[in-house]
Amino acid sequence: MPVLCSSCAEKRAVLKRPKTGHSLCKECFFWAFEEEVHQTIVAAKLFKPGETVGIAASGGKDSTVLAHVMKVLNERYSYGLELMLLSVDEGITGYRDDSLETVKRNQQQYELPLKIVSYEELYGWTMDAIVKQVGLKNNCTFCGVFRRQALDRGAIMLKVDKICTGHNADDVAETVLMNVLRGDIARLRRCTAISTASEGEGVVPRCKPLKYAYEKEIVLYAYFKKLDYFSTECIYSPNAYRGYARTFLKDLESVRPSSIMDIIHSGENLSVREGVKMPVQGTCNRCGYISSQALCKSCVLLEGLNRGLPKLGIGKHHRLHDKILSQQPLTEKEERKLKSVDF
Amino acid sequence: MCQMQRGECSCGHQSRRYILQGLSQNAHKKLRFLPGIVYIDEGGAVGQSVEERQRTVAELQAVFKATGFPFHMVPLEEVLDLPSSVVVMAPSPSEPPASAYKAAVDHFIQSDSSGCLTPQYQEQTLLPEVQESRTQVLQQLIGSAKTLTARQDLLNTLRQHLLVHTARTKGYSKLMLGDNCTRLAVKLLTSLSLGRGAQLAQDTGFSDSRYGDIILVRPMRDYSAKEIAYYNYMFNVTSVFIPSLDTKTTDKASIQRLTESFVTKLQADFPSTVSTIYRTSEKLQTACRSSCTADHPDRCLLCMCALDTAVENASAFQATLTSEQLSQSKSLGATRTEIPRQIRAPVEQCCSSGGGEDCGRAETGGDCCSSAKEPETIDLKSLLCYSCQLTIKDMASVEHLPQYILSEAQKRQRRYQMREEISEFLLDDGDEGD
Repeated sequence: MPVLCSSCAEKRAVLKRPKTGHSLCKECFFWAFEEEVHQTIVAAKLFKPGETVGIAASGGKDSTVLAHVMKVLNERYSYGLELMLLSVDEGITGYRDDSLETVKRNQQQYELPLKIVSYEELYGWTMDAIVKQVGLKNNCTFCGVFRRQALDRGAIMLKVDKICTGHNADDVAETVLMNVLRGDIARLRRCTAISTASEGEGVVPRCKPLKYAYEKEIVLYAYFKKLDYFSTECIYSPNAYRGYARTFLKDLESVRPSSIMDIIHSGENLSVREGVKMPVQGTCNRCGYISSQALCKSCVLLEGLNRGLPKLGIGKHHRLHDKILSQQPLTEKEERKLKSVDF
Repeated sequence: MCQMQRGECSCGHQSRRYILQGLSQNAHKKLRFLPGIVYIDEGGAVGQSVEERQRTVAELQAVFKATGFPFHMVPLEEVLDLPSSVVVMAPSPSEPPASAYKAAVDHFIQSDSSGCLTPQYQEQTLLPEVQESRTQVLQQLIGSAKTLTARQDLLNTLRQHLLVHTARTKGYSKLMLGDNCTRLAVKLLTSLSLGRGAQLAQDTGFSDSRYGDIILVRPMRDYSAKEIAYYNYMFNVTSVFIPSLDTKTTDKASIQRLTESFVTKLQADFPSTVSTIYRTSEKLQTACRSSCTADHPDRCLLCMCALDTAVENASAFQATLTSEQLSQSKSLGATRTEIPRQIRAPVEQCCSSGGGEDCGRAETGGDCCSSAKEPETIDLKSLLCYSCQLTIKDMASVEHLPQYILSEAQKRQRRYQMREEISEFLLDDGDEGD
C-alpha cells in the first residue's frame, strides 16, 4: 500500500526523512530542506543585502548542495547577494584534481565566477610532498591549518565580504565530540557558533548555512535533484582522530536519529566555568594572520617543513617561537626530537 | 549516606572502606560525619525473580553488617508511593556562620566518643515484602518506554528520586554516589549525546545541589575503574555483581551502552582519553538562562535541573521544531506534534465530583472544567528539559508514570495558567521572562 506524503497528503511518499522520520514526496522534501536552510539564514542573520559571498566549494556533496541551495534561495527570497565560488587545491593527486573538475562544472552550471587557490602557490608545498615528509599520522593537521588560511587569502583576492562553508550537522556534532575527547575547552566553546567573529586583518567572516542539515539529507537532496558531485574519501585521511568521533556519531545516529541535533543542542548550551584559562587572540609576528601565540600555526608548520623538522608543528612548541622568529639555530637535542617521524 | 550502585557494587565498597578508615580514631584527618548505607533493589525493573532478589539482598546485608553503619534496603517499587515534594526543590539549609563550625565539631566529638553507631536497631533481616502487583506496575512503567535508552534514563530518574526521598526521611543531609572517573567520563559523553549539555556540570561534577536540601556528592570521581579494581583486589574488598538493564546487551542496544563501549575501546588505543574527558568536565559550570529568577528558576519536572528549552532564534532546538513543522501537513497548523504528549487527569480531580469548591471559571465566563465534562489534559513537554522531553517522546503512554509526577505536573500546569491570566498585573519582571 503506497504511503502518502505526510506534508501534502496527495502524492506518494518516495523517501523517509532521516531527521524526523516523516515520509515525504520529492517536492515537499525539497521545499522542507530549502525552507529550513532559509530559516537558519534568516534567524541567525547571516547575510545582508548587497554583500558578496564566497561559497567554499570543494566539489564534494556539501559544497555542491550549498552552491545550489544558495543560488535557489538568493533568487526565491531576494537576498540580494552576489555569489562566487572559491576552491582550494591542496595538491593531492587522484583526489583533488578530480573534485576540482566537479567545481568547474558547477561554475558553468550556475554561472558563478570561480577562483582556485593552491597550496603550491601560497606555501610552496603540495599535500603529496607534505605527506612524504610528515607521514600519514599528522598530515590532516597540516592540511586543515593551511586550508583555513588559503580560504581567507582566496577570499581577499576575490574581494568577498563573507565566506560560507558547507559544514553540516554531522560535522558540527563530530567537532563537539572531538573537542570533548581532546579536552580542547576553548574550541568547544566556539565550535557550535554558526558564524565566526569578524575582527582582525586578513580574516573574512565565515558562516555555515547548512549547520542544521543532516548529511544523509544532503545526499538525498543531491540524489533527487540529480546534482553531480565527487564522492571519494581523501586518500590521506583514514588515520585521522576525527574518524573515531565520526564512527561513534554514525552509531549514535543508528540508535537514535535525533542524536546529532541533541549533541549540537548540548554544545550550544555548554557553559565554561570562570577562571578557566583561555587563549587570547593576537596576530602572528611574521605574517600578520590571527594567532593566539607569537607565531601562527601555519608559519610554525611551514618552518618545520622547510627545515626538515616535520614534528615542529605537532605538540607543544611555543617555547621555540622566539627562537624561530629571531632565526636562531635550534640546539641539537631539539632538532633530534623534532625530526623523528613514525610512519 | 552512601549509595550502593547496581552493576558495580565494588565502588560503593571502596567508598565505604575509605570512610571506615577515615572514621577510625587513629586517622590523621578524621572524617566527621555519620554515614549510613542505602541500597536500592531494582530487581523488579530488571526482571529478576523474587528468590534472586532475596539472595542478593542477603549477600549485601552480610557485607553491610560488617561495616557497623546503619543501612537501608529499599525496593524500587517504593518509588510509586513517593510524595510530590520529591520533585520540588527544597530550600537549602541556611549557611551557619564560620564560628559555628568549630562549635559543631566539638559537639560532634563529644557525642560520638563511643565510636560509630551500633546498628542495634536494625531489625530488618530481609528485604521488606514487595507485593507482586507493585512489581508489575513498576515493570509496566519501565516497559512503556519503547527504547532501552529511554528506559535507562527513566530508571535513573526514578532511582535518584527514591534516593533523595530516603535520605530526606531518614535524616541525612548528603548523598554520596560511587561514580568513578571512568564511569563519569562515559556519563559525560552520554549526557552530551542525550542533549544534556546544559546540565553537564551537575551530572558529572563533584557536588550537585539541584534538590536544595540534599546535596549529592561524588567523592570517588578521581579514581579510575582500574585503580579501584586493583585496590579491591589488594585489600580484599568484597564485591557483589548485580545485573542492570543493559547487562549482556549488544553494543548498539542503547546510547549508554554504546558510549561505554566506545570509551573503553578508545581508552585502549589512547590511554589519556578518560582523564582528558574528566578534565573537560571539571571546566564546565551550570548555565543560568535568562528565564531564571534568583529564587525560582523554571525546573524540569523529572531531572530537577534548570530548563534549557527557551526557544531562541538560531538554535538547534528551534531548528528541530521547524523541521517537525515543515514535515507535516500545512493545514494542521504550527504547533501540533505527531503524538500528543498529553494525559488525561483521573476524573476524581475534577471539581464537580469532589464536592469541593466551585472552580470559579464559570463566573469569569470561561468553561468550568467539570461542566465541559472534559478532564484536565497536561502538556508534559512544556514542563521538561530537552533531554527529558526525548525520553517522554519514546514512551508509548505517560499514564503509567507514578502519581507523584503526574500530580505535580498538573499543579504546575494550573499554576502556569494562573500566571498567564494575571501576567499583566505582575510587577516582578523575572517571572514573566523576556
